[in-house]
Amino acid sequence: MGTTTLSTDLILQMRGITKEFPGVRALDGVTFHVRRGEIHALVGENGAGKSTLMKVLSGVYPHGDYEGEIVLNGQAAEFGSIRDSEHAGVVIIHQELALVPQLSIAENLFLGNEQSRAGLIDWHATTSRAVQVMRKVGLREEPGRLVAGLGVGKQQLIEIAKALTKDVKLLILDEPTAALNETDSANLLRLLRDLREHGVTSILISHKLNEVLAVADSITVLRDGRTVETLDVRGDAVDEDRIIKGMVGRDLENRYPPRENPKIGEVFFEVHDWNVYHPEIADRHLVRDAALNVRRGEIVGLAGLMGAGRTELAMSVFGRAYGARISGRIVKDGKELKLKTVADAIDAGLAYVTEDRKAYGLHLDEDIRRNVTLADLPRVSKRGVIDKLAETAVAERLREALRIKTPSVFQRTGHLSGGNQQKVVLGKWIFSEPDLLILDEPTRGIDVGAKYEIYLIIQRLAAEGKGILVISSELPELLGICDRIYAMSAGRITGQLPAAEATQEALMRLMTATANGGGRQA
Amino acid sequence: MTTAEITADEARDEPAWRALLRRIDFRQYGMIIALAVIVVLFGVTTDGVLLRPLNVTNLIMQNSYVLVLAIGMMLVIVNGHIDLSVGSVAAFVGAITGVMMVTWDWPWLATVAVALVVGALIGAWQGFWIAYVRIPSFIVTLAGMLLFRGLAQTVLKGQSLAPFPEAFRQLSSGYLPQVGKFSGLHMITVGLGVLASLAVIWIEISSRRRRAEYGLPPGSWVWSVVKLAALIAVINAFAFQLARYRGLPVVGILLIVLIIAYSFVMNSSVAGRRVYAVGGNEKAALLSGVKTKKVSFGVFVNMGVLAALAGLIFAGRLNAATPQAGVNFELDAIAAAFIGGASASGGVGKVIGAIVGALVMGVMNNGMSIIGMDVNLQQVVKGAVLLAAVAFDVYNKNKSK
Repeated sequence: MGTTTLSTDLILQMRGITKEFPGVRALDGVTFHVRRGEIHALVGENGAGKSTLMKVLSGVYPHGDYEGEIVLNGQAAEFGSIRDSEHAGVVIIHQELALVPQLSIAENLFLGNEQSRAGLIDWHATTSRAVQVMRKVGLREEPGRLVAGLGVGKQQLIEIAKALTKDVKLLILDEPTAALNETDSANLLRLLRDLREHGVTSILISHKLNEVLAVADSITVLRDGRTVETLDVRGDAVDEDRIIKGMVGRDLENRYPPRENPKIGEVFFEVHDWNVYHPEIADRHLVRDAALNVRRGEIVGLAGLMGAGRTELAMSVFGRAYGARISGRIVKDGKELKLKTVADAIDAGLAYVTEDRKAYGLHLDEDIRRNVTLADLPRVSKRGVIDKLAETAVAERLREALRIKTPSVFQRTGHLSGGNQQKVVLGKWIFSEPDLLILDEPTRGIDVGAKYEIYLIIQRLAAEGKGILVISSELPELLGICDRIYAMSAGRITGQLPAAEATQEALMRLMTATANGGGRQA
Repeated sequence: MTTAEITADEARDEPAWRALLRRIDFRQYGMIIALAVIVVLFGVTTDGVLLRPLNVTNLIMQNSYVLVLAIGMMLVIVNGHIDLSVGSVAAFVGAITGVMMVTWDWPWLATVAVALVVGALIGAWQGFWIAYVRIPSFIVTLAGMLLFRGLAQTVLKGQSLAPFPEAFRQLSSGYLPQVGKFSGLHMITVGLGVLASLAVIWIEISSRRRRAEYGLPPGSWVWSVVKLAALIAVINAFAFQLARYRGLPVVGILLIVLIIAYSFVMNSSVAGRRVYAVGGNEKAALLSGVKTKKVSFGVFVNMGVLAALAGLIFAGRLNAATPQAGVNFELDAIAAAFIGGASASGGVGKVIGAIVGALVMGVMNNGMSIIGMDVNLQQVVKGAVLLAAVAFDVYNKNKSK
């Protein structure tokens, strides 16, 4: 290893970090070393444990909540809260910016750290120090301007400036460029290099491998809560393929039911020229000119990293349930559909199973019976009156068919396990008898056994001639159950591969492809 | 293990009375039990005055408009909103009723029809701002509270209008006609009590039969019989006491019809189910194809109509349209809904709960007045009961998590 090009002085050592949540081991003996004055990238798939590791480091999970030791600047660090870690010079900038839009730039910069005398804000000091740090990050704005009117790029700079006011020694950036356009991204990367010159050490979490290679000195790859390797960018010959191999190199056991001679019919569902903008931020183009199609009986995958626009694409197709300025065409069975509401989409034979079942999929206070019939109440009603016994019988049938483990359908769904909750949501959409089911992260947060059952249900639905579109962040899952896989990156569909030819590496290349040519088309 | 097996298992090691107690769902029946306790308590402390025929009749009449409002308020709260304007809306509708009937000499039927339509329009006005413009209901109806109170005062020019024609006053103060005298009892009322008893028995039997048809476990016979016996006893005791005075008031019939109709809508209709769905999780409801805005809009239109109805009943009972009518009605209706088990976060609550909650408040008001408790202290007690009832509900909910 070419460690001689940089100092071997370690600013941070995390050793044997293990963090468990009920039922899941998110981190399993992770080792992570950062040298003083470098930009160290942390990469891995969604759920690999990057964010959890940074939460351990920044005291979000207090000392004692995890196993292992942290040494910062040669001293054992035992942070009880974010305040403690900030005091020690560790500042984390989250993907979701934590600025108060109704306050000015200067007020935001010193939020929680107000420049005050005798409990009164010293406005002179606030403004002059604000101007100072703003100059450091290259932000040319009035310090008194409200944050609300600023673009995401500038807000990101304010976050970094805020970190500088706290005398930051170790700056952690979680997906800082995910929401930025190319110019803003380039500016931000330049700023990171500047800060490196001034002795600030940064940890950069990013999915964009071209950016990582452009600025990072070292790269640590996490996978399934373990450290795979740390690569020295300066010394070793590192390219995107090398990183991707580390990110996905896991073995596929019998975690997926075999797909035996699927009966795949004609294309019956098509989306053309699909464009979606953010509902609040007018110039954020979330889905760009997307096109895809699904055949009867086919299980189609949609791969992409967080923020690629998969959910936005799916929800906007599903009766404009998300997004603004939606344009494009949806064709089903040769006829163009005009779907203005979710009810239209359901009537047209579409179903969308949300990625966030608790917030968007279920009525947790209500029982299984009332949840499964909600999307198609008229089917169990006569003249607007629900036949509750027919409804109960329907729920019972679904409970048996989907093997929802519960004593009765009168069980509140809030009391069920994640896997059973997911089956209830699936049951709701199976009951609506759709032709196309869009499943958004159908196995997120559920255990391996329940996952296998969900895969079987998906296959059974496809065998009935329905088209299935599966959105998943787990590439092995897509490879394990799909017939064909699309990849999305930065709002565009960057390619598609038949499952037989697809590999995790090929998909990851498409998923990290950017418009300015970071990745390559397969 | 099926439910039947569980019961059989547990029945072996505990006495029968405990098994029966455990079967009672306290969250569901808690407020009914509380109402029973309060009735017994005041029945004793007032030396039985509370349960005398005249007083039972008065209880219904005094609380009729709050009961009407409580039904609508329960829907609003289940939908995840609040309505602070109902007292003012009732006053405004009372005011225009006065103008139409007293000043313009309109026939009462036409006036009532116009009044209800005005109520619907007011509800639509507020529903528009809440559901479509998405202004919080608290603010829209707070504005409505000021707005319609002011309009009521403007319409009446600060004066009362009276009197109303006799036919209109029957709505709030009339009784069913008497047919034949038999030992001083109002026979139609007694007959209605018997009919209602037969109806609940028939409903229970047919529901058991239908459960069997669908192959669902029908539940224990003993529990059915206990439940029916208690219900029939209460219905007939109530009917008997009313019959000993002047029989069932007209407004009592109106209330029974409303309670049955709204319970049915909320329990068994697609529309009612959607009100629960929107209140429980608006985003999930939207993604299930429920037209959430229309549902919320409809709930407020309905509240407007019921507020108008309450305004009519109150004006009739007072025999005058006054600008100060309906002050604090909204608070009584909201308290009734929460005491009756509504959840402040929406999605939970039953029509019958709002009725029970309103009766808890009504019986307490009445009982405390009879024993001559200081009026100021009465407020304190009511406030404490409201807080205790909701705390009890929250405690139960947390326990079941």
